[in-house]
Amino acid sequence: MTLNDIQIITTAALVATSCALLGCFLILRKMAMVGDAISHAVLPGIVIAFLVSGSRDSVTMLGGAGLIGILTTFLIEFFHKKARLQTDASIGVTFTWLFAVGVVLISLFAGKVDLDQDCVLYGEIAYVPLDLIILPEGMILGPKAIYVTGAILAVILLFITLGYKELFLTTFDPAFATALGISTSLWHYLLMGAVSATTVASFESVGAILVVALLIGPAATAYLLTDNFKVMLVLAAGVGVMASTIGYYIAYWLDGSIAGAIAMVTGILFALAVFFAPAHGLVFRKTRAIAESR
Amino acid sequence: MNPLIQFFSFQDPNIRFVAIGAVLLTASSAIVGSFTFLNKKSLIGDAIAHAVLPGICLGFLLSGTKNPVFLISGAFVTGWLSLVAVEFIVSRTRIKEDTAIGLVLSVFFGIGILMLTVIQKSGNAAQSGLDNFLFGKAAALVGEDLMVFGTVAVILLVTVYLLFKEFTLLAFDKDYARAIGLPVRWISVTLTSLIVLAVVIGIQAVGVVLMAAILITPAAAARFWTDRIRVMIMLACIFGAVSGLSGAYISFVAPAMPTGPWIVIVISTIAFVSFFFAPRRGVVSRFIRQRTIRRTIHNENILKALYHLGENDKNFLAPRTPDEILSKRSLDRDHLNRVLYRLKRQGYVELSKSRWQLTDNGKTRAQRVVKIHRLWELYLTTQLNIAPDHVHDDADTIEHLLTPELEAELEKVLDYPREDPHRAEIPYP
Repeated sequence: MTLNDIQIITTAALVATSCALLGCFLILRKMAMVGDAISHAVLPGIVIAFLVSGSRDSVTMLGGAGLIGILTTFLIEFFHKKARLQTDASIGVTFTWLFAVGVVLISLFAGKVDLDQDCVLYGEIAYVPLDLIILPEGMILGPKAIYVTGAILAVILLFITLGYKELFLTTFDPAFATALGISTSLWHYLLMGAVSATTVASFESVGAILVVALLIGPAATAYLLTDNFKVMLVLAAGVGVMASTIGYYIAYWLDGSIAGAIAMVTGILFALAVFFAPAHGLVFRKTRAIAESR
Repeated sequence: MNPLIQFFSFQDPNIRFVAIGAVLLTASSAIVGSFTFLNKKSLIGDAIAHAVLPGICLGFLLSGTKNPVFLISGAFVTGWLSLVAVEFIVSRTRIKEDTAIGLVLSVFFGIGILMLTVIQKSGNAAQSGLDNFLFGKAAALVGEDLMVFGTVAVILLVTVYLLFKEFTLLAFDKDYARAIGLPVRWISVTLTSLIVLAVVIGIQAVGVVLMAAILITPAAAARFWTDRIRVMIMLACIFGAVSGLSGAYISFVAPAMPTGPWIVIVISTIAFVSFFFAPRRGVVSRFIRQRTIRRTIHNENILKALYHLGENDKNFLAPRTPDEILSKRSLDRDHLNRVLYRLKRQGYVELSKSRWQLTDNGKTRAQRVVKIHRLWELYLTTQLNIAPDHVHDDADTIEHLLTPELEAELEKVLDYPREDPHRAEIPYP
């Protein structure tokens, strides 16, 4: 394992952990597709932030693009509640439009924006070791991506720790939460804001599609492995890291997209859980049913 | 020659092909998408669209060429597979549908991207243009490709036409369809196959990522203009066709631009306009209607207040000060003034020396509202046995809504009573 390998896998693992943690909340709130929508919809935000600030400075990107994530959430709510459009169509119309705008912007400003269409879909994590932070004195701090994704993970961990009670309640019993005076709306937007920030931070390394796979896959796998929410969070992160490592080596072996490979591995791990999970796996349910019928 | 004229005169056969192709693809997707919309399963289209990518790559890998038949077949297989996977996950595990769709979507697409990148690096010259499937390229729709895709589109349209009643019934009342003996499973399977087919050919124009848009958005837009299925599907088809044509035009004018996003922008614009400005269901129309109702209610409440003041001293047309009106019904002073001036404009009140008085029209209108209020209170207490102190608020709402026909009905049922539960006189004109 070379330094390059470690750097790339670390970046992927950091992204995977952030996504897995948030994903647990998303799938339990039945907001998986809203997460998918946000990960697509932040594209125009990234492009505009880039055009406006003229650089790939992550802070401006995070800010500007993060706002688009909030806008997406707002638009979906607006179409559903005010225009009375059904939920699935609200999500579909909003994110496809925003993503289309993003792609057009990239095409129009291809010269000025250091992004290309294919790259936004699946990123180019292989370049992570090349984009280093070099201080004016000449000291090399390491890949920028690791710092950015690491920072985001720290923020997410802080968010989940500080807001655990509220997030937990609004996920499992919104009515009770409201009765206690917790604003379900506020925490919904905060959660979606966190998803936006994570998506934006991960864009460069893994692209839009992998973010979705990492948001949903590990969390879904963990959901099949345990009934305890805190355990689920830890397991999801673990599955995410595992998928990143295995996926990287598969991509290396096949000489293909690392992001694609990691997404594929999340699917494989999920499939394994579907069949072989101790409590909820199909194989064990079947054998237990046979044993019980005797 | 001006590109707009050059394009729309359709003199160049290439332009004709591309235009026809794009229109066929988007229109057939829009029609099929209408049924997924009615079934409230719009995002399934998104899942299928992402899932066909590995199939396309597989078709390429197995045949070594970009022969559309292979690509379509491969796409069809994985498209169908993705739906089977979603069904399986939802029915056999505790994973919910949205999670299943998102998972299948991203995993299949990831596999597709992996395969695509491996193919791209393999150096096989035939693979160039395979990535057009990601964002679409209507300009690539020429010659034989068009024939194949065009045929599929026509098959789609014909099947929808033949099975229209069955698809509609299944969307609205599956149990009834089962009860009358329709082969529900087979019809569902057919519809699903049509959706997968539509996706497979549609991605030529808009690409994988945005395919969901031309399934969902035309139907969503059309929904706002009508309550009738046939009209809705017709409109969806037209909207889809318009966006497809625009996409083809843009592909002509700017060959380097991907067509998909432009098609989506056009159809989304149509959709937003529909959401806001469609009569009756649009946001703006709804807002105006609600505002009109609110104003009518306020108008009638103030007229009622003036009438009540008149009942006290038996002079309905006497001039009153705003304070007197406020004693009967409390509201913001500014608001009261706005309502009074509005009533004046409509001829229900007159203003003289800072005092307001009912006109004859005003008195008649107020009297009717009061009458309905008291009749309703009587109805609630005598026919529904509700306590007299519980009926006022209900009557306060209903008094603005009852039609003359219902009013007559009410009078008859109660046998033209003289007094309401609170011993107030019921005024007849």
